[in-house]
Amino acid sequence: MSTRLSHGGRLTDRSTPVQFTFNGRSFSGYAGDTLASALLAGDQMMMGRSFKYHRPRGVVSSGAEEPNALVNLGQGDTHEPNARATTTEIFQGLKASSQNHWPSLEYDVGAVNAHLSRFLPAGFYYKMFIHPRPLWKHVYEPFIRQSAGLGKAPHPEARDPDTYEHFYAYTDVLVVGGGVAGLQAALEAGRAGAEVLLLEQTAHWGGRTPVDGGEIDGLDPDAWIEKAVGELEAMPNVRIRTRTMGAGIYDHGYVLGYERLTDHAPGQPGPRHRLWRIRAKQVVTATGAIERPLAFAGNDIPGVMLASAVRDYLVNYGVAVGDRTVVVTTNDDGYRTAIALKRAGLDVPAVLDAREYGGGALMDQAKEMGIRVETGRGISKVKGGKRVTGVATCGIAGSGALIDEIACDCVAMSGGWSPVVNLWSHCGGKLFWDEAQACFRPDTDRAPTGADGKPFVTPAGAANGYLYLSETLSDGAVGGRTAATATGHAAGDAAVPETSAPVEAAPRPVWMMPEGAPYEYRAKAWLDYQNDVKVTDVQLAAREGFESVEHTKRYTTLGMATDQGKLSNLNGLATLANALGEEIPQVGTTTFRPPYTPISMGSIAGEARGSVFQPLRRTPMHDWHEAHGVQWEPVGHWRRPYCFPKAGESSEQAVHREITATRDSLGLLDASTLGKILVKGPDAGRFMDMLYTNLMSKLAVGRCRYGLMCSENGFLSDDGVVARLDEDTFLVHTTTGGADRIHAHMEEWLQTEWWDWQVYTANVTEQYAQVGVVGPNARKVLEKLGGMDLSAEAMPFMTWADGTLGGLQARVFRISFSGELSFEVAVPAGQGRALWDTLMEAGAEFNATPYGTEALHVMRAEKGFIMIGDETDGTVIPQDLGLDWAISKKKDDYIGKRAQERSFMDNADRWKLVGLETLDGSVLPDGAYAPTDGKTRNGQRNTQGRVTSSYFSPTLGKGIAMGLVHNGPDRMGEVISFAAADGTTMTEARIVNAVFFDPEGKKQNV
Amino acid sequence: MLTIQCPHCGVQAEETELSPGGEAHLSRFGPGSEDQDFEAYLFFRENPKGVHFERWRHVHGCGKWFHAARCTVTMEVFGTYSAQTTEPPKALRDKISEKRPGWTWRDIA
Ligand SMILES: [Zn+2]
Repeated sequence: MSTRLSHGGRLTDRSTPVQFTFNGRSFSGYAGDTLASALLAGDQMMMGRSFKYHRPRGVVSSGAEEPNALVNLGQGDTHEPNARATTTEIFQGLKASSQNHWPSLEYDVGAVNAHLSRFLPAGFYYKMFIHPRPLWKHVYEPFIRQSAGLGKAPHPEARDPDTYEHFYAYTDVLVVGGGVAGLQAALEAGRAGAEVLLLEQTAHWGGRTPVDGGEIDGLDPDAWIEKAVGELEAMPNVRIRTRTMGAGIYDHGYVLGYERLTDHAPGQPGPRHRLWRIRAKQVVTATGAIERPLAFAGNDIPGVMLASAVRDYLVNYGVAVGDRTVVVTTNDDGYRTAIALKRAGLDVPAVLDAREYGGGALMDQAKEMGIRVETGRGISKVKGGKRVTGVATCGIAGSGALIDEIACDCVAMSGGWSPVVNLWSHCGGKLFWDEAQACFRPDTDRAPTGADGKPFVTPAGAANGYLYLSETLSDGAVGGRTAATATGHAAGDAAVPETSAPVEAAPRPVWMMPEGAPYEYRAKAWLDYQNDVKVTDVQLAAREGFESVEHTKRYTTLGMATDQGKLSNLNGLATLANALGEEIPQVGTTTFRPPYTPISMGSIAGEARGSVFQPLRRTPMHDWHEAHGVQWEPVGHWRRPYCFPKAGESSEQAVHREITATRDSLGLLDASTLGKILVKGPDAGRFMDMLYTNLMSKLAVGRCRYGLMCSENGFLSDDGVVARLDEDTFLVHTTTGGADRIHAHMEEWLQTEWWDWQVYTANVTEQYAQVGVVGPNARKVLEKLGGMDLSAEAMPFMTWADGTLGGLQARVFRISFSGELSFEVAVPAGQGRALWDTLMEAGAEFNATPYGTEALHVMRAEKGFIMIGDETDGTVIPQDLGLDWAISKKKDDYIGKRAQERSFMDNADRWKLVGLETLDGSVLPDGAYAPTDGKTRNGQRNTQGRVTSSYFSPTLGKGIAMGLVHNGPDRMGEVISFAAADGTTMTEARIVNAVFFDPEGKKQNV
Repeated sequence: MLTIQCPHCGVQAEETELSPGGEAHLSRFGPGSEDQDFEAYLFFRENPKGVHFERWRHVHGCGKWFHAARCTVTMEVFGTYSAQTTEPPKALRDKISEKRPGWTWRDIA
């Protein structure tokens, strides 16, 4: 069984017990434990079930690479799936549960899949469930969804109570990884005077070295690390952070750091996670190395673990994973585990060394301690179900003939070490294959390059393939000096610390154990634990023609789980290479992508949630609307009143009331959101002629004109009223959503095409509040305010005037978007609320009625006025909308003119705007299409028209609509049918003039 | 995430401050131009593996458009210059030649 020893544990504090639960059962650990170490101390070896076959799985590693021990943390609003038990620090009251099991971890129904494993090979889902198609949705998919999948996503209504933040940091040198190489690199760069930021993903400095042993400068590793950290802390130019992972390296020295501030201590004030957005001139990746598992039958049975992990649990946490541990290794490092276990008084029945002649000094030391060492030996098969009970040993080279069986409850395996090259590779760093050490290493001649074309990443230490203590430290020093020099800081040449550690013999790469393993062994030899990919799956993929590693990865799902194949990639590659008869470097690696380990969605969002997610733009009258029962409609970042329902009124009733009141007497519209752009300068008229299809340069001062803007591709992009303020100045009104876009459009043309024209533009949208005063009594209420002559003679339709209205400095435009007598009154934004209140008060005797966007839309549709975004969709030209009258024939050029000369645009045979009137008076479904005979080339029904706007008109008492219909204006009076969303219910409508109400314009011209 | 220096205000701008504007040095073809010329102006774009000239706007900064010469493979930025010119400056072209001998882009070399 796994248990806590009576002493030991360099990271745990035995004076501080910590209570927590796993699957509802109470456990006790110590401060400093990870969830994995505390569960092991409580003999909870099994921590989850595998993805596909639901096989029992125990923890296999002790760090970020863990594929098996994924757990749910927290409950309700703080629930989080797929947390690695090996990197979760326990705290008082922690609640964890296992994943992917039903009904329980111990008794899982889905484990039946394991008995079907011969029938669930690579690509099984692709092959099996493609036919017959109808079965997929109702039979296969529900079954697969029930039986597959890891953690559960949080409930959709759950709201994360924690806070997160982004943090920007700039530094000369960023060192990722706080092992001895990273510490040495930071020391060198710091001493050279560079600004240094050092990140370590765990809570502790020094990496593996304190567990692995050796001496640095005559000190034991813990003492040296403490001294190094002390020196770094004392340097004002150095910042250091634990619990902060270098998540990804991107172009031009951009690096994401992921700091976990309160995961280990919930309830502490401040954000839970912090996303560091770092811009570094130079990056040193001292990210260490990861031990590889070995592929033998039963290598996933709980109790089979990486040798380094067995050692970590023992030394760091005082936890013995088993009473009797068989070590199986291809290199000298495995002996460290055997020696450490023996020293702790635990039984090590044998070390099985795959190498014919065994190892070096560490092997000798193990033998001296009385440990049985068998060379040229491996494991053919692990015995046990939910826990290892023993191993069958065999010669490494053969097909697995039994030599002997050894009873044990733990297997510590070491397949050699792979440098963590993920960050090096994220931004284009290349790799080379090191035959002697059997690993990919950074090719420093092909480093990621920055904005200046020079390398900006330096790998250091074990991450650079220097796996032994002495070379790790000296390479860390080289990395720090290289980075410091590249940022213009003269690096020192002080001696690198002296180290002493046993000399290690060369490893022997073993990709399958035994090397001639028969099918029944290979089919139980796991490569990717998390995605349940076996040696036989990769071999099958190779037989079926998947030669590219990228294809094999996707076909077998090798390395595609949440651990991104940290343990499985190289073993999988080697298996594929062997199956294809190629060398490993020829097969190549898959792409390493950030983040290194998953980061929280909260950290990505940072502060940008709730009301901070997007700025809310408010008009000066916003509070009045809010206080008067407004129903809001989002328009861009603005909130505009949709309508103002009174008590007991539906929004539809409110809209009808607002329209009727406006047409009968007086309506008020908050039009402040309308875009307002000043175009000024000696060449303003010339520029306006290019922007608009109309001849704006001839607009008289004091007059207004409705204008159209097109893209260079000819399509209508915005519309609005232009007022000429003086000879050199135009005030452009745009749609509410179009102001920023149109202003950018103007600047683009001015700066990049007509840069010699003297024109200045300014977006003054928010400088003015604007109110539409609309209806038969519009003039009366304004005259009541007093101060300006607004008579028909003094101020005819489509003019503007400056003046004072009711004591407020105002600009009045006599324009109409409703067909009523209408004025738009603009005042400085700070006076907007005063104007609104004054109008409401003065208008009381006329039943002044505030109206919203829906009433605005209905009234404009009754008049046949188009709306950008309804009648236009990026394929519509002004000519389609019968707006030829707004296109100047006198101009040589405007933006979009050349495009509109193309044969398919300069063509009568197009869909054009018409009015549509249902025969039964009903309202046509908005967006409905009118089908016609025949089929398109894609086999869909041909169509001959589409509804672009559709409303019930309270003024006319029936449904009205506008639409684009093939050659519509030539088909007046014709009845065509429109299909509802179900595709079959048809509504007949007659093609009519789009102006439904007051076609002579009697109401607005008074 | 790129950093590109705005030649107008001098800021070493983050990519999030900038908005891309596609290929640089297009010649506008207006009314009266041939269909092929107009088509090329509106739709045909270079897609080089290597040296490229493109437009950027320092939209969350000084608001000015500018041009950048960049390597689409390595993301190296060779230099930036005013948008108010019809071809890359000689000094910049020479600098690119030093780093990428024999480069061409459209009819520029
Ligand atoms: Zn700028």
